[in-house]
Amino acid sequence: MDFFTTLILLLDSTVRLSVPLLLAALAGLYSERSGVFDIGLEGKMLAGAFAAGAMAAVTGSAWAGLGGAIVVSVFFALVHGFASITHRGNQIVSGVAINFIAAGSTIILGQAWFRQGGRTPSLPGTARFGAIELPFADAVRDVPVLGPIYSELISGHSLIVYAAFLLVPFTWWVLFRTRFGLRLRAVGENPAAVDTAGISVAWLRYRAVMCTGILTGLAGTYLALAQNAGFVKDMTAGRGFIALAALIFAKWRPVPVMFACLLFGFLDAFAIRVQGTPLPLIGQVPVQFMQALPYILTVVLLAGFIGKAIPPRAGGVPYVKER
Amino acid sequence: MSQTAIELNGISKSFGAVRANRNIDLKIAAGTIHGIIGENGAGKSTLMSILYGFYQADSGRISVAGRPAAIKTPSDAIALGIGMVHQHFMLVENFTVLENVMLGAEGEAVLNSSIGKARAELKRLERDYGLEVNPDAVIEDLPVGLQQRVEILKALYRGAEILILDEPTGVLTPAEADHLFRILRQLKDEGKTIILITHKLREIMAITDNVSVMRQGAMVATRHTAETTVEELAELMVGRHVLLRVEKGEAKPGPVMLSVKNLTVKDARGVTVVDTVSLDVRAGEIVGIAGVAGNGQSQLLEAVTGVRKAVSGTVTLDGTPVELTGEADPIDLRRRGMAHVPEDRHHVGLVLPFEENENAIMGYHWQDKYLKGPLLDIEAIRADAREKIEKYDIRPADCRLKTANFSGGNQQKIVLAREMEQDPKVLIVGQPTRGVDVGAIEFIHKRLIDMRDQGKAVLLVSVELDEIRSLSDRILVMFAGRVVGERGPETSEGELGLLMAGVDKKEAAE
Repeated sequence: MDFFTTLILLLDSTVRLSVPLLLAALAGLYSERSGVFDIGLEGKMLAGAFAAGAMAAVTGSAWAGLGGAIVVSVFFALVHGFASITHRGNQIVSGVAINFIAAGSTIILGQAWFRQGGRTPSLPGTARFGAIELPFADAVRDVPVLGPIYSELISGHSLIVYAAFLLVPFTWWVLFRTRFGLRLRAVGENPAAVDTAGISVAWLRYRAVMCTGILTGLAGTYLALAQNAGFVKDMTAGRGFIALAALIFAKWRPVPVMFACLLFGFLDAFAIRVQGTPLPLIGQVPVQFMQALPYILTVVLLAGFIGKAIPPRAGGVPYVKER
Repeated sequence: MSQTAIELNGISKSFGAVRANRNIDLKIAAGTIHGIIGENGAGKSTLMSILYGFYQADSGRISVAGRPAAIKTPSDAIALGIGMVHQHFMLVENFTVLENVMLGAEGEAVLNSSIGKARAELKRLERDYGLEVNPDAVIEDLPVGLQQRVEILKALYRGAEILILDEPTGVLTPAEADHLFRILRQLKDEGKTIILITHKLREIMAITDNVSVMRQGAMVATRHTAETTVEELAELMVGRHVLLRVEKGEAKPGPVMLSVKNLTVKDARGVTVVDTVSLDVRAGEIVGIAGVAGNGQSQLLEAVTGVRKAVSGTVTLDGTPVELTGEADPIDLRRRGMAHVPEDRHHVGLVLPFEENENAIMGYHWQDKYLKGPLLDIEAIRADAREKIEKYDIRPADCRLKTANFSGGNQQKIVLAREMEQDPKVLIVGQPTRGVDVGAIEFIHKRLIDMRDQGKAVLLVSVELDEIRSLSDRILVMFAGRVVGERGPETSEGELGLLMAGVDKKEAAE
């Protein structure tokens, strides 16, 4: 295999691996920009993945799976909202609780309903979001350079992949070109200004966490119905936290979020690619080290290379009218 | 007689056991400037927050322009044409002026066309009222005077006919305040009604048509401004006769006790906030540092007291240098005779959930008289606290009470008692009367003069120019981190005001 083909394949899996990160990070962006920190992305994604797998297994429809994932994930988001907006609880504690609840309940319910050790039944292609061949993908396959890029890298992904990348400019547009976005950014910086402008802080933040729920539901659906053929326990495997890191890394801005997620996706793809192959000069690298690489890089990047990430100023602080 | 813009009948509001407003009646004529004056905690802000829909009154009626109005939220108030400029600006700091003005009044869901309209409307307001400000400037880059202008624009943009201003001049230089007053008069000429909340008598006399006085949650009097005097208003505010001027004799300066040479301090972002400042404070004199808030006074105090790291320069306390690396030991400084009344008593000066007697020794708790072996001598501490309560007339006289339950003035007295009773050589005082009622101000000022007369070196930082002028023997003015001038206490307010704005009259004349 020549270098070019290898590179295309590597980038192709980069795209696939970065999509759940991208969806989860964009989800977190809505919530955190409104001033509600969300460490529970992981849990919501996991619950969404389980709901998608279960619904698709029962109904045989991928779309029903997606619907179920969004409902469940939005429900968890509203629980987080209820704790941290209405009851002004600690947002970190609430988020951690959601992660635990999701991790535990998906296994218990999975075992109770399907009796396959916490997983959902393996799904047939019809109950999944399959690959979409873009027009002329076959026709241009043999064109040098551009052909493989189009037919391998750009074509042949599931609908959710395309949706995820379209959500990047859409989120930018919502944030910077709509009334909702203006208010969302304002409430994350100074909720008192929003309140005195005659806008309900609580309702605005609830809408933000609902956006988060929808997107984590989508992320979960991708894991269970596009990347895999069903739900497997703990299938999010820390992606919610990596997404959070990407969000901070990108300083809460949509387009940099995409690049951050692609970078993490690339590291992941690279680690998988070089598993078991001896590297020049270094020789055989233990698999465990390659798997740890994305996390090590996250720490290094966050610690030193991105400068100071200034979060939304009202982030993590419940809004209380001052006397 | 003109129409009534706002009428309040029997408004009452309690927060727990505190009755912030009791049975308040108030009538405000349309097209006038109506002042509401009262001490801190008299209930002025609460009343206005009720009018703006921020709080709900427990009882009472509001009518606007003769019609009964139910104001449940700020959006109700905005719909009725009421706008408010809050004491602490309600601006999103990293938004542009335009975004802040539009927030909550954006029009359509997609902003494309409404941005253009908002820009045009801002232009019109700018032209009509002389409220110039660059719509694309980011708020945090603007000086406070302009930020306040944005708040006024916000209200006018929403079509406010009645404008409430809560302590608007606290953050302004005298010149900026004069400019604000010109704008307010112009708004009045346009037929707007203005409600001005303040605790500064001078402002009331300068600009209002009518004035209402509040005391302890009740409305005690309403007067035509032309028919009242400063003395009468002060007495109504406090409920007894007050001395407005501080009486003090000549200073007898002794040797230099505190000497600061070329002190430079940078903030976390690397911006120079104190720029090669030098000053001397002698025993038996009060040196006042005047300046608009945010011109480096706070950082100067912090560096001198060893709390904040300085970049360069020296500070000498009674002949020995003070560590300026930010690692100075506060106990060591106190042992050497530097007492410090911090600017922010809530976050630095006191631990609010602690009992009064605990706060009364904090920072001096290591002294033998408060210890019994390795343990605190609780009895001695409480006896000591009771003594200070008596001497400083701290009310309520209960050394076991949680500090948060004392009023601002009494909390400040707790800090002052703690620092002054240690018999320091140098007393460094920041904003001694911020949020303190008139009665307590009188007391605190007298104590500061006493300290001076006992031969202490006092360094006073205050944003209240009146306070600086009446207490100081020498006045240094800070602007943009530098000491831009030194003047005597008899210097006119106008001249000091210009210095505070960075204009040196002598240089300007040349």
